[in-house]
Amino acid sequence: MTDTATLLNTALTAIEATSDERTLEQLRVDYLGKKGQLTELLKGLGKLPAEQRPAAGEHINETKRQIQQALDARRDLLVEQALSHQLASETIDVSLPGRRQSTGGLHPVSRTMERIRQLFESVGYSVAEGPEIEDDYHNFEALNIPGHHPARAMHDTFYINPTTVLRTHTSPVQVRVMEQGKPPFRMICPGRVYRCDSDLTHTPMFHQVEGLLIDENVTFADLKGTLADFLQNFFEADLEVRFRPSYFPFTEPSAEVDMSCVMCEGKGCRVCKQTGWLEVLGCGMVHPSVLESSGIDSTRFRGFAFGMGVERLSMLRYGVNDLRLFFENDLRFLRQFQ
Amino acid sequence: MIFTQQWIREWIDINIDPPALVSQLTMAGLEVDAFGCVAATFSGVVVARVVKVEPHPDADKLRVCEVFDGTNTLQVVCGASNVRAGLIVPYATIGAELPVKSPEPGAASSFTIKKAKLRGIESHGMLCSAEELGMAETADGLLELSSDAPVGADIRDYLQLEDTFFEMDLTPNRGDCLSIRGLAREIAALNDLAFSESAANPVTPAIPDTFPVTVDAAAQCPRYLGRVIKGVNLSAGTPLWMQEKLRRCGLRSIDPVVDVTNYVLLELGQPMHAFDLQRLSGGIVVRMARAGEQITLLDGEITDIQPDTLLIADGNGPLALAGIMGGLNSGVSADTQDIFLECAWFDPLAIAGRARRYGLHTDSSHRYERGVDSDLQHRAMERATALLLQIVGGLPGPVTNQETDVPAMKTVSLNIHNVGRLLGMDMGEHAIVSILNRLGMSLKAKNNDLLTFSVPSHRFDISIEADLIEELARVHGYDHLPVTKPLVRMNLTARPEAVTSAERLRERLVTLGYQQVITYSFVEPNLLNLIQPDIESVSLQNPISADMAVMRTSLWPGLIQTLKHNVNRQHNRVRLFETGQIFLPAGGHIAQPEMLAGLIYGSRAPADWSQTRTNVDYFDLKGDLEALLSITASLDDFGFEAALHPALHPGQSARVIKSGKPVGWIGALAPRLQRELGLDDKVFMFELELSAVQAARIPKFKPLSRYPEVSRDLALVLDKSVSAQAIRQELSVLAGEFLSSLRIFDVYQGDAIGIEKKSIALGLTWQHPSRTLGDDDINTIIERCVKGLEVKFNAKLRN
Repeated sequence: MTDTATLLNTALTAIEATSDERTLEQLRVDYLGKKGQLTELLKGLGKLPAEQRPAAGEHINETKRQIQQALDARRDLLVEQALSHQLASETIDVSLPGRRQSTGGLHPVSRTMERIRQLFESVGYSVAEGPEIEDDYHNFEALNIPGHHPARAMHDTFYINPTTVLRTHTSPVQVRVMEQGKPPFRMICPGRVYRCDSDLTHTPMFHQVEGLLIDENVTFADLKGTLADFLQNFFEADLEVRFRPSYFPFTEPSAEVDMSCVMCEGKGCRVCKQTGWLEVLGCGMVHPSVLESSGIDSTRFRGFAFGMGVERLSMLRYGVNDLRLFFENDLRFLRQFQ
Repeated sequence: MIFTQQWIREWIDINIDPPALVSQLTMAGLEVDAFGCVAATFSGVVVARVVKVEPHPDADKLRVCEVFDGTNTLQVVCGASNVRAGLIVPYATIGAELPVKSPEPGAASSFTIKKAKLRGIESHGMLCSAEELGMAETADGLLELSSDAPVGADIRDYLQLEDTFFEMDLTPNRGDCLSIRGLAREIAALNDLAFSESAANPVTPAIPDTFPVTVDAAAQCPRYLGRVIKGVNLSAGTPLWMQEKLRRCGLRSIDPVVDVTNYVLLELGQPMHAFDLQRLSGGIVVRMARAGEQITLLDGEITDIQPDTLLIADGNGPLALAGIMGGLNSGVSADTQDIFLECAWFDPLAIAGRARRYGLHTDSSHRYERGVDSDLQHRAMERATALLLQIVGGLPGPVTNQETDVPAMKTVSLNIHNVGRLLGMDMGEHAIVSILNRLGMSLKAKNNDLLTFSVPSHRFDISIEADLIEELARVHGYDHLPVTKPLVRMNLTARPEAVTSAERLRERLVTLGYQQVITYSFVEPNLLNLIQPDIESVSLQNPISADMAVMRTSLWPGLIQTLKHNVNRQHNRVRLFETGQIFLPAGGHIAQPEMLAGLIYGSRAPADWSQTRTNVDYFDLKGDLEALLSITASLDDFGFEAALHPALHPGQSARVIKSGKPVGWIGALAPRLQRELGLDDKVFMFELELSAVQAARIPKFKPLSRYPEVSRDLALVLDKSVSAQAIRQELSVLAGEFLSSLRIFDVYQGDAIGIEKKSIALGLTWQHPSRTLGDDDINTIIERCVKGLEVKFNAKLRN
């Protein structure tokens, strides 16, 4: 009797004193395990007279239950304590930045070309590309610009040799596609072009997207509709668009396209030189000689062509005020377009 | 071309305010670059006569003048060198408001003339130069007015300064508008006003003198008019009214004869030239240049003449580049007494492009290249003669004319229905004829729906039906044409799955942390030579500058330049890529493959609280490249073989091979170049043919095995020189067809295994499609692998 009472007291005191689960488990083994003290006591019951056994057994079991209870309670407490300690120790500043690779970005010219491409692809234009070093024929002759044509002065051309040039526009790509295929055609030609000119508002290399639609019943009215649609969608604004007669050797009639200034909403500002209008596109109905020199029957097929400067559209769209930034490739500039 | 409102009004009766005219011209395809007043705003300036001029007692450069303003005689101190008694000049009275030349922003734009003392002498006002009245950028002395100018009149009224100039930016097809006459005709057409000019008034010859002219190049010069005028007096000077008109249109007054020819050029659009008759020998010959001929031009330049140039020559040789510029030695000078006036029509093709080749661009060549009205020469000759007689006097001889095949009047036909087909809006016959009539085209014939019109001699740009339709659209107004959307067949666009779009590759690189750049396609020859010393490149004949003189043969120079630019701006971690064409001479033609290139520099991860800074190495770049390539094709298609490249570190460079074909390079920038370029850290870069990267594999399904995988590790010791790729290649054969994965999980080099050796640990995994692979199977394979690697590479199993 005294044995169990002492044992119980010792056990409870020991349990109370534990600070970790492993010591507690050891106590459990010591008291309740196969060779534990209480198990030994139970084994010793056999030595008692039979009439005492039930009471003694009951007593031992009661002690065992109390120890088990104390063990469980202590374990719960220790687990609880350990968890709260873990939580406390693992608390982080969730506002610190994450660990990652940096993100790069597309060049704004690419970004703009991509946007132009997507808009035209959405109505079935395909994309064609071609060489940047071109022969005189494709860059000029096939586009109705013979050798001494005054329009050649409009293109400050870089020469490789007298008959090879850096293309001054992406129109030669259209010629190449027309030579190789059969109408109808619906395509845009994005790419680098070159003019021998460098100042505040000109870089010797820049980007153009030219478009071409050749079919049986295409009209100038369709051209007006297409380009107004494009500009309004590109700038996501209900812009006013106007068409002015102009001159390109490869189109007839030819037009310059102005849109109401996106900077001042047509009120007049430095960007639009106080006119309220911005010149953004050149276009026209493809000249019959251009069709014929590419082997297309100009009595059956007609079409329109247009061309735009990507840097200019990019500047207007994103408010860039200096053309030269596009080719300095300063990361502080480029990262603004990520 | 600059024109003024007053001059236009001499031709047509139009009353329209300048902004409205600008808008009208712009919308008719005649772009106005600028417009504005011909003089600055000022008031209180009158015509006055200098009565007396005396030296200033205390200043060498100042004079004390008595000036009569029509009512009073006042004392004015003047510093101009041309002041003299009898001179008629603009006089700013006390209280006059004069313009401030280029005022500071926000500052006053005018100042008031007050009574003042100049070095102790009272001055009542100021005598003015053209510059002081805002009529010229600079002036050399007082503006000398005509001796019959009404003293006392307001100078603004006298000079008719309430006038507007319009600076035109004309397209090359509209040579017909390069004159007051042409613009007046066009404005009349746009406003449906009458345009009629009086018949040319022939000047009656006073002497029989002529000068012989021979035209040897009749095709290039179908018409050549000449006239001798004897006894001219150039000291007469150009009258102010003519100087003023020239000035307002942007031309400087030179001498009375040149001024008259310039005046006729502006007024009628006909370039003319005056020779000093005494300096001509034999006769005029219009001919093509001969080899080796030279001429000293008016600007003093000695020019070698190219053989396809049309010349005006005499017995002694070239006198002028026809239609471009006259020679110095035959031109009119102050003591010229007899002149020979030339007025010719040259074929535009005989002139076009020539001036530019000599680095010249003159008012004459500008007009001849675009086409001068072939019906204008007699009118211009008579107009110039009349003006000369009026200004410099002299006795005119008869006009001589050498004429062959001047182009006959053109006709162009138009099918009424094609107007609607092209413009999307029908026009009736009446409207068509009415618009074209306004433009000087008259209906010559009608055959059902086909209308045939004559084209006036000044419209060089009209030769086909579409040209007529453009004129109809232009006069009708582009903005009044309908707006529709094209109706087309909805063909789908081909989208080859075996080609990865460049956009997708770019996106992938962006995700991997690379910033796209766009660099010039022309690069500095020295930098290119550093990177690719052995390669032939394409040079530009006319580069914009020496550092943009050759076409790139690699994207690396541009990327490295960009890297340097940014490193110099304190960016110490840079990851860049570019796509674009390179230009490789290849036996007669130039190959222009599209490339993809990138570089990394600086720390592996962005500077960050959570990671220690480690610089990138070869395997960072290769890992990125593998991540990129794995979206397009099986990575196994690509190989990396150690190879030497002049720009790369010899121990860290590899040729990238795809299916046996070299497609690019990857490696570390050679340390020598890194030093020369002044870069602190190592640069790792790659360049690949875009088409090789774009070629994608269309996925092909393989059934999944239901049987377990078996894995074994192998640790081998072999010579350092054996590449991982060689081991992989060998093992992928030796390990049999059921090998499902092979990875390298450890590489060790160190003293423990000998300095020339390395240890490489490989993890192999097999899976059989239809049964479980047993230990026996695997043991057999492993044995075969070990033996095979030993034979091939002298590899030993590591203990």
